[in-house]
Amino acid sequence: MISLADQLLVLVLLINFISLGTSRLIFSIRAVAAQGVILGILPGLIHPFSWHLVGITVVIIGVKGFVIPQMLGRAVRSAEIKREVEPFLGYVPTLLLGAVFTALSFGFAGRLPMLPEHHNYMFVPASIATLMTGFLILTTRRKAISQVIGYLILDNGIFIFGLLLAGAMPVMVEAGALLDLLVGTFVMGIVINQISREFSSLDTSLLTSLKEE
Amino acid sequence: MFAALIILPLIGAAVTWLIPFDRLRPKILSLFAFAHLGLTIQMLSFTPPESPGGWFHLDALGKIVLLSTSVLFLTCAIYSIGYLFYRRERSNRVLCVGLLVCLSAASLVTITHHLGLMWVALETTTISMAPLIYFNRNARSIEATWKYLLICSVGVALALIGLYFLAYATIVARVEPSLLLDDLIRDAGKLSSGWVHAAFVFLLVGFGTKMGLAPLHTWKPDAYGEAPGLVGALLSGGLVNLAFLALLRIYQLCLATKEILFFQNALIVMGLFSMVMAAIFMARQADFKRMLAYSSVEHVGIMAVALGLGGKAIFGALFHILANGLTKGVLFLSSGNIHRSYNSKSTDHVRGALRRLPWSGGLFLAGFIAITGSPPFAPFISEFTIVSSAFIQGRMLIGAIFLTSLAIIFIGMAMTVLPMVMGEAPADSETTSYRDTIGTVGPPFFLLLLVFVLGIWIPDPLMTLLRDASALLEVHK
Repeated sequence: MISLADQLLVLVLLINFISLGTSRLIFSIRAVAAQGVILGILPGLIHPFSWHLVGITVVIIGVKGFVIPQMLGRAVRSAEIKREVEPFLGYVPTLLLGAVFTALSFGFAGRLPMLPEHHNYMFVPASIATLMTGFLILTTRRKAISQVIGYLILDNGIFIFGLLLAGAMPVMVEAGALLDLLVGTFVMGIVINQISREFSSLDTSLLTSLKEE
Repeated sequence: MFAALIILPLIGAAVTWLIPFDRLRPKILSLFAFAHLGLTIQMLSFTPPESPGGWFHLDALGKIVLLSTSVLFLTCAIYSIGYLFYRRERSNRVLCVGLLVCLSAASLVTITHHLGLMWVALETTTISMAPLIYFNRNARSIEATWKYLLICSVGVALALIGLYFLAYATIVARVEPSLLLDDLIRDAGKLSSGWVHAAFVFLLVGFGTKMGLAPLHTWKPDAYGEAPGLVGALLSGGLVNLAFLALLRIYQLCLATKEILFFQNALIVMGLFSMVMAAIFMARQADFKRMLAYSSVEHVGIMAVALGLGGKAIFGALFHILANGLTKGVLFLSSGNIHRSYNSKSTDHVRGALRRLPWSGGLFLAGFIAITGSPPFAPFISEFTIVSSAFIQGRMLIGAIFLTSLAIIFIGMAMTVLPMVMGEAPADSETTSYRDTIGTVGPPFFLLLLVFVLGIWIPDPLMTLLRDASALLEVHK
């Protein structure tokens, strides 16, 4: 089952590149939704079956794969924008940077002291690579929606690392973290609506009236 | 007992949500804030035993932060009755509900010893404050809200990965996997240093962002500048202390590992950098609320430096939690009044506040004198303790940079504050309906009184509390 998990993690990495390379916002949101669904399946592959696990799987797929993408999709539609135009850094350079970061994270993860049974699997490098991708999107895109997508990918990266911690994180805390993510994205969605109403655009580089001269 | 502290504000939030009258809501808010303070004092005097499993444990560090948060919250709640009277044009439902949810999460941060739960509560305080920064509903406040929400959420997410690294370190070390502070401290010696080191870096960056240490402070001037005065007071006097408490927990853990020297040095560097940045940006600041934000950057810097110095300076850092929190309350609440009266927060328009608003102007001036560390106010004691401790330890360079920054900040702040309060109001200045009343002046006056009293006399129970708390942060030899 672990090898299947590894293959799914490769898929997660591919989705990272898709969201780095696309300018269509709806497509990006779908990619993140797909990533969320994969993340929901992963716990089922590495832990023995229990009803408790089924519950977790359903909740994660529901929140990360459907509810959050729905909220973002609605924000995009009401703001009537389709594409990320003119990011601070072009798509090809960010893709290349993404590739470099992914390679680096494999190198970095190899040097960390791991449990012997985790040594051959991709959880840690995939987690760090996804984290870095999220960061990259957050810093290079202008549109508020893209920045939220970056935040979600960053959070997915953290989530992958959390899979190694079975037992150390109590369910209550995991649930709390997920709830915070949900409410946080909800509030961000509302703010996005207000931005588009106020500036008739979602370009965060217009948000400069508070700059220090 | 523990549950009551969390649930009481949540009940308050539900009640204020259901009430349809804007006039009544702030009063309900104050009622629940009053009950919360009562419960806090009860818990401080008769400390409830640790909960089974060790998740909830009110220790001396938690007590100090809980006390300062609760006092500040009650004052802000009472202030809101008078303040919201002048903001009748918009509904205050979200404001009151957000404040109470934030109070509940804040109490949870102070009483829990489970680092994961503490993280969840801290993130909840971030989110619940976001709509309040947007209270003014204009382009500038939406920009501030966006920056605050995104930067703080990402920052706190980095802290989460730090916590995950810690948890993984326990798994690698084959000790019982846990994120309970007491378990971690007990097993700290066995944890693998690679993971622990990485964890501390992420935790410092994450909680440092939330606290607003330079260079992670960029959201602060915007959020503090655009939020209503009472929200600014709670952000700079309440939320900052919660993030500092999170850093204190990590510090406690560091003491048990070999990483403490690294952590202390990182704190000193970031702290001094914050003070220098504040000194640079404070000068010629034309917006007095933004000036207060830089003052907040300065004071989190002071607390970080004190923590990095260790020894006697720890006492100063802990006392500064109270001193800075309460003084920031005075400044933000009185600046809110001045803002209302002139309908501007630019020093081009705001002049002669002492003549136009003798009470608010006077309080603002007194708050300025207190926050820059002049005797006889409380911040003087904490800052003096920290600086003298730096020199006693023979760390002359740190002491010198510290003192120079304080001096520059004093001058820079004076250049903004003195023209504001002195002289004549400009003839073309807007007339507004705002007048100083007991409702808007009483709460900051009460805080100033506290700051003054703490500056000349620390009551015995508080002294014991501060000593107990410093003992938790001493280097084990």
